[in-house]
Amino acid sequence: MLSTLIFLPLAGAALLAVIPRDREPLIRWIGLLVSLLTLLLGARLFHLFDASSGGMQFSEQRPWVPSLGIGYHVGIDGISLLLVGLTAVIFPIALLGSWGSITERVKAFTMAMLGLETAVLGTFVSLDLILFYVFWESVLIPMAFLIGVWGSANRRYAAIKFFLYTMAASVVMLVAILALHVTAIGRLGERTFDLMRLTEMSLPASLQGPLFAAFALAFAVKVPIWPLHTWLPDAHTEAPTAGSVILASVLLKMGTYGFVRFGPALFPQALAASAPLIATLAIIGILYGAAVSWAQTDLKRLVAFSSVSHLGFVMLGIAALNVQGLQGALIQMINHGISTGALFLIVGVLYDRTHSRAIGDYGGVAALMPRFAAVFTIVAVSSAALPGTNGFVGEFLILLGAFRASSWWAALAVGGVVLSVVYLLWAYQRVMHGPPTAKHPERLVDLTRREMLVFVPLIAMIFAIGLYPRALLDKSEATVKAVLTRVEQAVARR
Amino acid sequence: MSPTIAADLALAMPELIVFGTAILILMVDLWLPPQRRGWLIGIGLAGVAWAGWSAAIGPEGVGFSGMYVRDALTRAGQMLSLAVVGLGFLIAPEYLRRARLERGEYYVLVLTAGGGAMLMGASRDLLMLFLSLETLSIPLYVLAATSRTNVRSQEAGMKYFLLGAFASAFFLYGVALLYGATGTTRLAELGEALGRAPAATSAAAGVGLLTIGLGFKAALVPFHTWAPDVYEGAPLPAATFMAVIAKVGAFLALLRVFPMSLGALGAHWMVALGILAAVTMIVANLAALAQTSYKRLLAYSSIAHAGYLLVGVAVGTPAAVSAVLTYLVVYAAMTTGAFAVAIAVEREGHEADKIDDYAGLYRRAPLLAVATALFMLSLAGLPPLAGFFAKLGVFEAAVEGGGRIGLALTLIGVLSSVISVYYYLRVAYVMFTGESSPDVRINRSPLVNAALVITAAAVVQMGIAPTTVNLIAQRVTALLR
Repeated sequence: MLSTLIFLPLAGAALLAVIPRDREPLIRWIGLLVSLLTLLLGARLFHLFDASSGGMQFSEQRPWVPSLGIGYHVGIDGISLLLVGLTAVIFPIALLGSWGSITERVKAFTMAMLGLETAVLGTFVSLDLILFYVFWESVLIPMAFLIGVWGSANRRYAAIKFFLYTMAASVVMLVAILALHVTAIGRLGERTFDLMRLTEMSLPASLQGPLFAAFALAFAVKVPIWPLHTWLPDAHTEAPTAGSVILASVLLKMGTYGFVRFGPALFPQALAASAPLIATLAIIGILYGAAVSWAQTDLKRLVAFSSVSHLGFVMLGIAALNVQGLQGALIQMINHGISTGALFLIVGVLYDRTHSRAIGDYGGVAALMPRFAAVFTIVAVSSAALPGTNGFVGEFLILLGAFRASSWWAALAVGGVVLSVVYLLWAYQRVMHGPPTAKHPERLVDLTRREMLVFVPLIAMIFAIGLYPRALLDKSEATVKAVLTRVEQAVARR
Repeated sequence: MSPTIAADLALAMPELIVFGTAILILMVDLWLPPQRRGWLIGIGLAGVAWAGWSAAIGPEGVGFSGMYVRDALTRAGQMLSLAVVGLGFLIAPEYLRRARLERGEYYVLVLTAGGGAMLMGASRDLLMLFLSLETLSIPLYVLAATSRTNVRSQEAGMKYFLLGAFASAFFLYGVALLYGATGTTRLAELGEALGRAPAATSAAAGVGLLTIGLGFKAALVPFHTWAPDVYEGAPLPAATFMAVIAKVGAFLALLRVFPMSLGALGAHWMVALGILAAVTMIVANLAALAQTSYKRLLAYSSIAHAGYLLVGVAVGTPAAVSAVLTYLVVYAAMTTGAFAVAIAVEREGHEADKIDDYAGLYRRAPLLAVATALFMLSLAGLPPLAGFFAKLGVFEAAVEGGGRIGLALTLIGVLSSVISVYYYLRVAYVMFTGESSPDVRINRSPLVNAALVITAAAVVQMGIAPTTVNLIAQRVTALLR
């Protein structure tokens, strides 16, 4: 069932390959239906998932390259489950959202999106390091093409920068994976890349340090953790709306997911030892990202930099290494996916109408687009983490966890919460209120029915998670506790 | 016929079939009316298939007074060389007709060079290795100069010949020095003799000269300078074939000489080969960044791949040898494919050599563009394509068996492949964006398409299920244990 979920989008892409490219509506509908079918499967998985267990479920395992000990091993626990769910939710929304803005090469676009969905889903469920790496790197190809082919003016530079930046860090992780594999030959007496098997081998602290550093580099670029974030503003800004949505909502989570999945399992001592460093960088990221967002004049860049700030919160929650922090980080990964995805869609709505992203080109939009104003308000409030919305639950838990780890961390990070209100609401005010200054007010028509369909599920989730977060927290609690126990035991052993 | 000779001939059956086919084509070509030239390729492919069958089922053993050995490596080398020859046939006729070069000699030269590569993998003696090297090289010199009215092609042939002859002289001098130091040219005895006595200067110099000779054929930096010029000047099918077969032959020989014969002296040559590999990977990938010609880009790409392959040779463990063989198969598929794309495209009746000539190809020939993207991504070593698993195998062996040197080579290898992504992706990117020029024409030839389908399928299949080739390559590792 898990494999069906992973490869269903790819099968959809293969189906599209044989459809003539001028049948654009048909291609769009097939793309949407395939991603909705994937969502349906994901929902079933979510329903069947046994929340009382902290172990892997729905596992599938078979040899792939036996000579090297590479296996096809997938499975999900509470952590994977949430991210698989997020991925399955965001893709249909992004595809539907792109119907108005992608008018060229629709077939290739839809195929790239579906291929990307398979790669992302595979990343979140792989339990074999090579399989994980294969999916992890496969993500780059369709994403780079999404940016490079359908992006805006500076797309080529952004696509190449994104690709080279993330790949350079990933190959270092590949070397560490190989080193891990070779260590396992000596310690376990078998050739394996299987995460479960490698977890049983307790690495000496002297090896954990350098290997964790190599893994952390790859994940940190993806998150991105300050100061490795410089690819992000370019990639997010130049990508087409659907690309930005996927990039922010799902792809960045691959980095944070990597920390949670591999850090405690393989390098618990190194993770615990570097937690203060990670927290420090995360706090710098929170404040820096927020401050830079504040200074932006380009609406899309503002949202891009806000990701640096929000992902800083996620990393802070992980670095806290307690239940509240980690649960908060998980919820915040989902929240950021929903809220920032929605913010990019909002920018996309404006851009589709006026082809401008400059905040200064707008003003008084609320009067012309009342439905849009309501949507923007809710999303901005959610992103700024006001109570009642999903963002509040996540940031509150993270701050609670951070406070328990060190009161200083929480005290500094709170500054980021304040700043996020400032830059979001100020941007909202400049765009939506005041006298109408748009050059072509007649173009600013309110949201169409299709666009409403894009935003409604996102808004529903903003309130659902804000009011009843237990639906998600319960699913991941057992896993999170198991993960943390592992770290505590490893630290105590030393 | 004495029983020994009969046994020897039975042992070398695949090579005999290949050379026999070459002679047959030469003779048939004399009587064949020009419009029936298509038959030649049929004869050639039949010969290749027969030789492949014989390579798969024939006996193993040592023959020709210990000059020739048929073992798992020989077999693997034979099958790979034959596959390359077969692809070399498929991509040629349409191009040759277009360029008015259609003569039987092309097939004869391809077969002879292929036979030479097969013999290189079967050599048990340095003199035999030298003869095979020349059997491989001389047809390639001629192939480079096939286009008799084209000055660039003439220049390519001449350059290749002069530098190649020079390299052969190095090789021969190395053999002489080694004979002087040890009194033998048999590889196995050489290994024993050198293992017994501490390495004399003349023996070290001999091994060094040998490496230069083979390094020239494999186009390792700093013996690579001929490759871009020759690939650029040679007619496309010839360039395609030589880019692959020369590499196959050279690496079969390098495997025979280093891990399989001088294994006991690993500590001595590992560092030297490691440095060569590191320099090759770095220089070739950096130089490729600046290329605007598609053929020169592929030339530097093939040099870079020689660097990755050499990492495996330098490490020299059984796993590494098996990885090198797998890599050679993958390299053959993706490089032939990448060149075949250029054969399918022409600009104003000439080869479409600029990368910009491929702009907008996706609109005009989507399948061709997708295939090219597959080859480029695989050459760059991106998963889930064959090129990734080829690199993974080599680097895994290097980390496992190469100690600190292996780890350093792996780091250099992966980081230089990040550089390579830039130039490979540029080709793919240009094809999917950009505006196509009306001067560029796409030739649809069933044979070239067949070659494209075969190589693209191989690149995908060996990425999704990288086991079959591994299994064949693994049999070779038994030879080293």
